[in-house]
Formats: sequence, structure tokens, C-alpha cells
Amino acid sequence: MQSVLAPRQDEQDHSGIPLFAPHEKVYPRRVRGPIRRVKWAVLSVCLALYYIGPWLRWERGPAHPDQAFLIDMPARRAYFLWIEIWPHEIYYLAGLLIVAAIALFLVTSLFGRLWCGFTCPQTVWTDLFMWAERLVEGDRMQRIRLDQQPLTFGKAARKIAKHAIWLAIAGLTGGAWVMYFNDAPTLLRDLVSLHASSTQVGFIGLFTGTTYLLAGWAREQVCTYMCPWPRFQSAMIDEETLTVGYRDWRGEPRGKHRKGESWAGRGDCIDCAACIAVCPTGIDIRAGLQLECIGCGLCIDACNDIMDKVGRPRGLIAFESYANRIAARRGEPPHRRFSRPRTILYGAVLAGIASLMTVALAARSTLEMSLLPERNPLFVRLSDGSIRDGYTLKIENKSGETRLYTVTASGLSGALIHVAEAEQPPVGASEGITLAVHGDRIGTYRLYIQAPMSGEKEVPIVVTVRDRASGESARHGASFRGPGRS
Amino acid sequence: MPTKREKEAVVARETTGHEWDGIRELDTPLPKWWLYTFYATIVFSIGYCLLYPAIPLVSTHTEGLLAYTNRDALAISTAEAAAQQATFRDRIRDASLDEIRADADLLAFAETGGRAIFAENCAPCHRAGGAGAKGYPNLADDDWLWGGSLSAIHQTITHGVRNGDPDSRQSQMPRFGADGLLTREQIADVADFVLSLSGQVAGRDAVARGQAIFAENCAACHGESGKGNQEVGAKNLTNGIWLYGGDRAIVIDTITNARNSSMPAWNARLDPTAIKMLAIYVHSLGGGQ
Repeated sequence: MQSVLAPRQDEQDHSGIPLFAPHEKVYPRRVRGPIRRVKWAVLSVCLALYYIGPWLRWERGPAHPDQAFLIDMPARRAYFLWIEIWPHEIYYLAGLLIVAAIALFLVTSLFGRLWCGFTCPQTVWTDLFMWAERLVEGDRMQRIRLDQQPLTFGKAARKIAKHAIWLAIAGLTGGAWVMYFNDAPTLLRDLVSLHASSTQVGFIGLFTGTTYLLAGWAREQVCTYMCPWPRFQSAMIDEETLTVGYRDWRGEPRGKHRKGESWAGRGDCIDCAACIAVCPTGIDIRAGLQLECIGCGLCIDACNDIMDKVGRPRGLIAFESYANRIAARRGEPPHRRFSRPRTILYGAVLAGIASLMTVALAARSTLEMSLLPERNPLFVRLSDGSIRDGYTLKIENKSGETRLYTVTASGLSGALIHVAEAEQPPVGASEGITLAVHGDRIGTYRLYIQAPMSGEKEVPIVVTVRDRASGESARHGASFRGPGRS
Repeated sequence: MPTKREKEAVVARETTGHEWDGIRELDTPLPKWWLYTFYATIVFSIGYCLLYPAIPLVSTHTEGLLAYTNRDALAISTAEAAAQQATFRDRIRDASLDEIRADADLLAFAETGGRAIFAENCAPCHRAGGAGAKGYPNLADDDWLWGGSLSAIHQTITHGVRNGDPDSRQSQMPRFGADGLLTREQIADVADFVLSLSGQVAGRDAVARGQAIFAENCAACHGESGKGNQEVGAKNLTNGIWLYGGDRAIVIDTITNARNSSMPAWNARLDPTAIKMLAIYVHSLGGGQ
């Protein structure tokens, strides 16, 4: 019987290829060049921002922490420089993330994988870890040899030193992360004096562990297998997008080249595999655009170096759009087209959301209120025959100082209001009562409204809270309930 | 069916030897990560069974080496919560009622705590939110039998009404009909007068007769004009609020058989701090004076 799994004559023989490709360790070689220098600069700026961030101070007055960037979980406040956000204003954060996502789409469709190759934390920390690795174990060939050696004292010492440095970097990374959620100087003092809480230590441990695993061990596998971004960014990339590419029309046919040989009839690629050796994801860029390519451009530096040595023009591998690569093959001049339907769309959406967020933030009120009718009892009949309803009134004072608020109610004729927490007797609802709320606090009151029996089961009313200092006001509708006609 | 295991040519794995219509089944091993995770869960479960209560026996269960029980965990967390509240409770214990009301933090704590204590101890009779029921006064309105000031409320809760506590609120309404103090006709006339006090319509002659009987028998406690007296817990009869109901039949029944309901003294059941919080809460229900 003919087996359906048996290989056909015209297919390659795949026998021996397992179902899952085993992981091959990548040993990126050191590279020098302008792109590498830009990458070091970006790395330095990103890491500096990250590590220094929690130590920046921002004066906000005695009632508030003076940390410039702080997410204060116990107090339920987030501080970003002059911006203070309460938990129910988390949409500002959501808006920021949406703006960041759309900006990423725009940058990707214009310039390709700039984020992946230069600024993504996975790339930045992997670069830092590789730098430490090279410091201890040497460059590519030395590392390969070291891994193939039997275990000796010297090898063990090098491995231990490398992992110790990695763990130290990871510990600093995890520690800095937790400092965005705690007062940094206090936390550092607590850590040094062993007074830090188990939650703080636990989270530092968690982020230390993930940094160590992701930047030390997982590396390019994060980009290739774990990260969703490379999967759907192909939707942003078109033929005008900058990508790292090999000019096969110039390089092929490739082959070894001895000094003094003629370049006639052959390509510029001398098949030295420098581009493969420096690649942090271990791919061959000459095979074309690949999912694994993070667009870091280190192969460009490596190849230019080789081209200089063999005396051929630079740019055999280059940041170039697909369209320009085709144009260059035909001998046409390169062009740049920034305005394309997708970039215009992303730009418009970005501008729209960003301005919406700015307006929302600029118009942010320091006053909010809520009003919850008492349901048990719905209403109380008073000795003079009138009806009184109770409400839970909350006034949020989001400013830094104590403010006075006037509370009035409209919609009922002859109504009186008072709160249980104040000693004042009921006053006219339109005249209003005055309440003081401390800065950055929520004042909670039992508000009582009483009115002559109207015969209605339910009368719509509006309670207004007005900030006497700033003139801001907030309104809340509610129902005034009674027994109805009896 | 042939069951000969063989090496498959393309993927170089063994087959199970099963074949259906030319389709053979690969014997693919489980992924290692899955298998080791599975083994790890087995090891974990053995440790768990040893340390924690796990295996049900006929009438009990294995205790586990840690002797952990949810009951103990609850007791510990309850004690922790009590310890966290201790500073507030101590301040409330040492403060006067007026001092508590003047301090926004203490007031908020007392109202919140008082609400919970009320729901547990008072709501069965006075209903949720102090709405009251027949025979159990509404605590949210502005009509009080024994006074609606903070101190009066505190006194009433502490010692109760008409009970064995020597300091409890005491008074006794006579059973005018049952004990033969008034005739049926006199009681009907008094009832008409009482209803007229709150504006209900009754016969003019009966009201006049009832007023004379009221002045003689009832005014000592309820006052000349029927406005009541909080010293003796005598109800104000002139407003629309009734403890047992404002129907003529109910009023006649009240005068005939009297109403002398009681309330327990809560100092025997609650500690002074809890009673203070309760008084603050009841006072905040809307009727506090």
C-alpha cells in the first residue's frame, strides 16, 4: 500500500528533520560603525531615563509626595510631573497608551522597525547583557570555544562572573521599577536597612528574574516567538517603508574573492558571513526580509566595514525601501514618499487623539461629585407632614488645598436641606449649605432634603456643588421620592 | 489491522502501528515542558496533602502537618482588623459624644461602625436605616419618644426602655379600658379628640366631651395640648406620626389596653465604644437634634 506520508519523488528528502526546530544559540560578534554608535547612544539615553526617573523630585506642597513620577497604589494616586490622576481618571493613561500605539504604527510605516531595533526594552537590555557577556567571556569565537570546552575552573569562574553581573543589572532594573511605585529614597533606605516589605522585595525579585531570563537567556526568542508585535506590524509595512535589505542585484553572484582578482562577472558579496556573525537574531539578511529581523542594522555596519576593506562601494546592505531597492536594480534614482494613505491616516488619528487628550487634560476639573439616594427607608414622613429624603453626597476635592463648597438643590418648591455632619439647622435648598473639604480628599456627607408633600411619588431634582474659590461646579440629578397621593 | 511499529520516513518518528485507510498514526511524545510541569504538579500535590487538610475520612479529615484551618485564619484576620481599628476605637472610647462629632475622622469611623452594629443588633426591630415598624419607632424622623439629642439617644441605647435595668427609661400608661378607669363611651370620645389633634375629622360633640376626659386623665403625661412629654416617653399626639397606627379602632385599642413596649438595655450586650458609635449613627439618620 502506498503511504500518504511517503515522500514524493520531486520533494526534498526531509528525513531526520524533527517537528520542532531545536534552539540554536546565537553568538553575535562585536561590530563597530555609525549604526552601532547610534544604538549605544539610544541605549544610554533610555537606561538613564529609566534609572534616574524615580529620583527626580517635583514640589507639590506638603499634602503630596514630591516624586516626579510616582504611582502611589495605597493612596490611589498617580503623579506625572504636574499631572495628578485619581483612579477613576485612568482613561488618561489609556489615552496615553493609545497615542503611543498609534505613534508606533506611524513610525513603523515610515521607517520600519525602529522601535524593535533601537528602543524596545528587550533590545536595550539584551544589548547591555551582551556587552557584559563580551566583557567577561570575550567575542564571538572565544565564546563559542568556551562553550565547547569541558568544564574547567577558569570556565566556571567566567560563567559565574557573567551571571553575577547579569543578576546585578537585573536587580537594579527590578529595583528601579519598584521605585516608580514607592518613594525612591525611602525604599532605598528600607532596602539597605532590611526593612522593605515582602511585597516590595517580592516585586523586585519578580522583575529581577524576568529581566535576567529575558535579556540573558531568551533574547531573540522573545522577538521571534513571544512578541505579538512582529506578527502584526507587517500590516503597517509597505513597499515604501525603510527596511534592512541586501542589494542582491549588486552582490550576486557571490563568492570568495582573493586580493587582486578581477571583480568582473561576479557580485560584490564575498560571502564572508560577517552579516550573519553580527546578527543578534542569527539570520542571514541576504535571504530577504524575514520575520526574525528586528531592523537593528548591525549587519549594515559589518558589511560596510568589509566593503571598505575589499575596496568596493559601501551600501551592499542598507536601510532602504523595497521600492527603492527595485528602482536601484533598474538604475533609477531613489525616491522617498512619506505621504501615503496609511501614513496620512495614522497621522490624522494620532493628531486627533493627541489633541483630544490634551484638551481633556487641560480642562480637567478639580471638583467631582456623586449622589446616591438612600433606599432604606426611601423617604421619611416628618411630624409636620412633610417628606424628607436622604442621600449620600460625596465631594471630591482634587485640588491641593482645603476648599469651601456650596451645595444647593433645585426642582422642589419650599425644600430645605441639611447634612447630618454639620450642626446647622435645615436651610432653603436654593440658598444652600456650605461644606469644607480638605485638599486631595473626598468629603462624604449624609444630605437630607425635606419638602412639603406634593402628591408625586417621584420628583426629579438636581443637586449642585459649587467651588466657592474657583467657581467650578458639578451637578448630579436624582429623584425625590414620597408616598404619592394619600 | 496491522500493529507493526515502524519508523516514519518524513519526520523520522515512530508510528503507533495503527493504520486507517492508509493514514498512519504518529507516536509523538508529549512536549517536555508539559510533561515536567505535570510531574511538578504531582510533587506539589503530595506536599500539599501532607501539609494541609486534604483527604476526607468518614467523619473527619486529615489535619495536615501545618494544622491549618480556615477558622483560625478568620480569627487571625479578625484580630488583625481589630488591631488596625484599635487607635480609632481607643480615641472614641476616651472622647465625649460632642468631641466625636467635632472630629471628621472619628465621626466617619463612628458612623460607618455604627451602621454595622445597627444592622446586627437593632435592625430586626427598627428595620434597616431605622425606618421603624408598628410598635418600633422610626429613628429617622423628627419625632422622638425619649428625646433625639445625642445624649438622650445614648442614654436610651445604654439602659433601654421599661426593663430590669435600674436606670432604664420608665413610665407606665394605664390600661384605661381594661382596668375600668374609663367607660367604652368615654374611651371613644377621647379617641375622637386625639384624632382631632392631628387634624382628622371627628364629631364636634364627641371631641368636646373627649377633651374634658383627656384633660383629666391623659394631660398629666401627654400635656394639655397633647404635645407629649419626652421625660416620660409620652407620645406627641398632634402630628401625623403614629407608633401603632392612626386608625380610630387602633387608637381605641391603645387607650383601652395601653402600650408599654420595652427595649433591652444594650450596656449588657455591647461595650461602651460600640454604644457611642451606635448613638452617633442613629443621630445621623436624619432626626438627630
